[in-house]
Amino acid sequence: MPKLTLTVNGASHELALDTRTTLLDALREHLHLTGTKKGCDHGQCGACTVIVDGRRINACLTLAVMHEGASVTTIEGLGRPEAPHPMQAAFVKHDGYQCGYCTPGQVCSAVAVLDEIKAGIPSHASADLAASPQVTAAELRERMSGNICRCGAYSNIVDAITEVAGRQA
Amino acid sequence: MRPFTYERARSPAEAVAAATRTPGARFIAGGTNLLDLMKLEIEAPAHLIDVNGLALDSIETTPEGGLRIGALVRNTDLAADARVRRDYVLLSRALLAGASGQLRNRATTAGNLLQRTRCPYFYDTNMPCNKRQPGSGCAAIGGFSRQHAVLGTSEACIATHPSDMAVAMRALDAVVETVRADGAARSIPIAEFHRLPGDSPQMETVLAPGELITAVTLPRPVGGRQIYRKVRDRASYAFALVSVGAIIQRDGSGRVALGGVAHKPWRVEAAEAELPRGAKAVADRLLAGARPTQENAFKLPLVERTLGAVLAEARGG
Repeated sequence: MPKLTLTVNGASHELALDTRTTLLDALREHLHLTGTKKGCDHGQCGACTVIVDGRRINACLTLAVMHEGASVTTIEGLGRPEAPHPMQAAFVKHDGYQCGYCTPGQVCSAVAVLDEIKAGIPSHASADLAASPQVTAAELRERMSGNICRCGAYSNIVDAITEVAGRQA
Repeated sequence: MRPFTYERARSPAEAVAAATRTPGARFIAGGTNLLDLMKLEIEAPAHLIDVNGLALDSIETTPEGGLRIGALVRNTDLAADARVRRDYVLLSRALLAGASGQLRNRATTAGNLLQRTRCPYFYDTNMPCNKRQPGSGCAAIGGFSRQHAVLGTSEACIATHPSDMAVAMRALDAVVETVRADGAARSIPIAEFHRLPGDSPQMETVLAPGELITAVTLPRPVGGRQIYRKVRDRASYAFALVSVGAIIQRDGSGRVALGGVAHKPWRVEAAEAELPRGAKAVADRLLAGARPTQENAFKLPLVERTLGAVLAEARGG
């Protein structure tokens, strides 16, 4: 089985995996980081969103062997119950979830979304491609569209992200 | 997923040599489409050649004043590139209209062109599909066909090409650069890159086995108002029912390409001569020979109205 080295939440791991192992299964089944959730397993729901080398991706649609030497941040790396990430705290404060299953993916995605806006990456909701994108509700809704919430907590999720963005500004 | 062996290629020459050497091999870059299909065993390559290390991830200005976009440039980076945002607005807009932020961070320029259809019967391995299993029949014909093609269809297949990016590339006269198994490079105009289904819908492009896309080049900027309008069932993260990519010049001339209506981005250069006469005249020429099903006949008026909205927006400033 191919061997690979992954840095996950700052810790280096050596893994020997079947080539078929997705990054998601490597995190959950091999490193036992079960915060990252498997929803559809086809890139449609966003529950598996993690941040790889600074970018949010669907962990279900990529093979672990394709990430030799990569640095992965999962929900466990963002915060802990006793020391939550500001985005996690804002989700709690604004009730940005109900059942919670999509929440780790939502939070990872939201953290990356604010970085993307800060980096000037445009979206479908950006009226002017020449201008720097702003944190508006329309921008957040568009940028978070790859994260489905079956409980429908969307408006509270937008409130949570908006508050964190305001704090950062 | 079926078992497969895996290797990382370090150069295009090494990648095509590996593909030639290994029967049943496929290249993998972003993997967002291929892995989805492998999980469903619609694709079952015996060997994967990871091309992510080929250093084809830069966007360079060409001597002609255009852009040479490396095959591995991610959709996010292409859409955000300052030159694309300024000079090829249509391309940036089309990319941003597609998929989700997570997918655009992985999906590559070449992979986007090579996306396979989202026809539900292609995905459902219990159903016949000539694209998935040549000769088995087409369940979409006579089935649920609301999403399907209205132009260039055949008795064998009515699937659409799902890409937004490719529609912009078609309007922008992009050229696909490849390297073949024998090491020879070639340039394929985007108009000739995708095939219509005919009686072999499993063949979607003119690429030969083992041929690798290395870049997509754009001619020098053509200016004009560049608008990509996508009509879909949700406001975001959905495939097009119909999309219109248009470049409209100050004098009213321009270019129009359609998505969501055929097995390839649909452009009829002769229709563009009708632009001064308005959306109906252009749509009549673009849609000549359309063969919709009962369920997707709405796409014909939808094309005309979407084009009308695009032309009005272009005139408006």
